[in-house]
Amino acid sequence: MSIEKIRQVLKDHARLAVDIATLADDADLYEAGMTSHASVNVMLALEDAFDLEFPDRMLKRSVFESMAAMDAAIQELTA
Amino acid sequence: MPASTSASASTLIAQAKSIAKEIAATHADAVDKDSRFPQEAITALKDAQLLSAYIPASLGGAGASLSTLVEICEALGQHCSATAMVFAMHQIQVITLVRHASDHPWYQQYLRDLVTHQYLIASVTSEVGVGGEMRRSSCHVQQDDKQNSTQFKLVKNATTISYGAQADDLLVTARRSEDAANNDQSLILVRKADYSLEQKGEWDTMGMRGTCSPPFLLSASGVAEQIIATPFADMSSVTVVPVSHLLWSGIWQGIAAAAVNKARAFVRAQARANPGTTPPTALRLAELVCTLQTMRTSVQACLIEYEQLAAAPDAAQGILSSMPYALKINNLKVETSQILPQIVGKALLICGILGYKNDSKFSMSRHLRDAHSAALMVGNDRILATNANLLLILKDD
Repeated sequence: MSIEKIRQVLKDHARLAVDIATLADDADLYEAGMTSHASVNVMLALEDAFDLEFPDRMLKRSVFESMAAMDAAIQELTA
Repeated sequence: MPASTSASASTLIAQAKSIAKEIAATHADAVDKDSRFPQEAITALKDAQLLSAYIPASLGGAGASLSTLVEICEALGQHCSATAMVFAMHQIQVITLVRHASDHPWYQQYLRDLVTHQYLIASVTSEVGVGGEMRRSSCHVQQDDKQNSTQFKLVKNATTISYGAQADDLLVTARRSEDAANNDQSLILVRKADYSLEQKGEWDTMGMRGTCSPPFLLSASGVAEQIIATPFADMSSVTVVPVSHLLWSGIWQGIAAAAVNKARAFVRAQARANPGTTPPTALRLAELVCTLQTMRTSVQACLIEYEQLAAAPDAAQGILSSMPYALKINNLKVETSQILPQIVGKALLICGILGYKNDSKFSMSRHLRDAHSAALMVGNDRILATNANLLLILKDD
């Protein structure tokens, strides 16, 4: 469920070089063309969609490198 | 000094200071006037084996710390900013190789050879179409399997390569493959015998004239081992960006100190001419020394923190690759590069017409022109735009 929501956010904000539907949950989004600038928009949109705030300690490349990693971070914050 | 002997930090710094005062200073005005490479000083740095200073003793180098290199940059920057900038840019490449490629046999051998031959490495990150955006490339690595090894070819239209014509080897960014996204970059060392450079323009600038940084068309080839396995994105955030900002800040401190030292000498001369009274310029000098100290303190604080974080075992995944750290190290660059021209400008006001004259020992011309490069090399507006974007999500929690 939450992965689908993450997919939708990425579709709208990640500005990938490829179609998000072709990517696995653990695919490297930076390799798929997500820039640092776009990743900030993804974070903002995820905060809005899931009604949460990512603390600064989570704001690093590895947390947003794949949908699975984002899902794990969101699970941790909503647990 | 034989390559096997590792020198202490104080010895390295003393050697650099002596080269700065005796060689770099002697030629600094000619280097600036003629926009020529500071060959004498770079040759002296090679002779003293300072180009391999950062390489660990296990590979034959002196095992110097980043702090030592920053101090060397300041010493060189006081006397010839072009020499200091060439030294700093070379060290950024060496540090990147040591930190991210030295577990690979090809690079281990290369670093050993660098100690022996004191190769000078230039950086090729800028590119027509992406301009000064280091984290994007248009060109790509083209790999071909031949006989028993994989070869690569690479063509890059670089908007600027500092000391491109004088460098031995080049460290180049390119998209990892033909179908890679423009931010999916590899870093590749190419050897002098395997590349050609076609100069596409001139380098006739306001300051930093001796860095000799015109545009070039680069055509290179090599073997796959030369393509560093770690993605450039990871090296960039944990090493290239912070190390660049710290070494440049070292140079800028040196330029600031040179200007302030001229102002000090000017005020002392005024005081001696009229003993018993404090000249009005002394108050301005007091202000200026205060600003210089603030600049030094912020560089030092970031340097100490970076060295601690970089020594931590999980540095690559930890704080160095986080957004709060990117913001902080970007702030250092913006702040020191803004404060530098202010310091030189105030030193000029203290020295007055003697600072304005080109043929005076108090001349500020070169320092002021060099100082204005700081805000432009990686443009501060570009950096502030990145920070503005980061601040949309950072909370300082």
